[in-house]
Amino acid sequence: MAVEVRLPMILQKVAGGAKTVKVEGKSIREVFDNLEKNHPGFASRLFDNEGNLNHFIMVYVNNEDIRLQRGMQTELKDGDVITLLPAMAGGEDCCR
Amino acid sequence: METSLPFCLPWLAGKTAAAELKDRPESSFPLARRYADEMIAHAREEAPNECCGILAGPANEGRVKKLYRGINAEKSPVRYNIDPQQLLSIHEETEAKGWAILGIYHSHTHTEASPSATDVRLAFWPDSIYLIISLKQPGEPVIRAFSIRDGQIEEKQVAIGG
Repeated sequence: MAVEVRLPMILQKVAGGAKTVKVEGKSIREVFDNLEKNHPGFASRLFDNEGNLNHFIMVYVNNEDIRLQRGMQTELKDGDVITLLPAMAGGEDCCR
Repeated sequence: METSLPFCLPWLAGKTAAAELKDRPESSFPLARRYADEMIAHAREEAPNECCGILAGPANEGRVKKLYRGINAEKSPVRYNIDPQQLLSIHEETEAKGWAILGIYHSHTHTEASPSATDVRLAFWPDSIYLIISLKQPGEPVIRAFSIRDGQIEEKQVAIGG
């Protein structure tokens, strides 16, 4: 079962410059595992040191934020479109 | 959705210390006056919280055709984070038009219009220009523009046009 993953510019270089890639998987977790197998380097960019999805990577399935669904366990069906976007964030001071 | 900003993405970690702000702008960011006025108005309306938004237009022209007022999910005077669902909607719209996200703007309500360490650490859109509106002098707002790539900051002259 394949889904389409749309990559932001900042992640396209990991996939050899591709804007979209086809990946097998029945859940977001499986898709990300297969992304790492097919294009080593994704995992270190998507997850923090504890293996949690990085706070600043937005993941949408058919335009719905997975954080509002079942997160990494969100189930997928053939032909689903997954969009990855980095956050647009900043500010005068985040860490005081 | 309520979010917080305590982390940074690993491929930019450690870059901030190397950030340098060059003294003189080397190139320009063209911007119609109405968009500059709109950004300042947005900043004033949101104060004391930071405002944020997106400037988009045809990539091959490099001219802003539309300003999207962002929803700051942080609702904070020191942080911004464009609402994730709105970000996706704007991204989809610009892609459908064949446009690029040319600029990302936000306000600094009490400090200069210069990228903070947080701004640099969270600059995940290297092909967009980051514009900052300073309301430090409320009667004399300042807009400055910067390219931020891999922790390196390069100022762009904001070329206000008709």
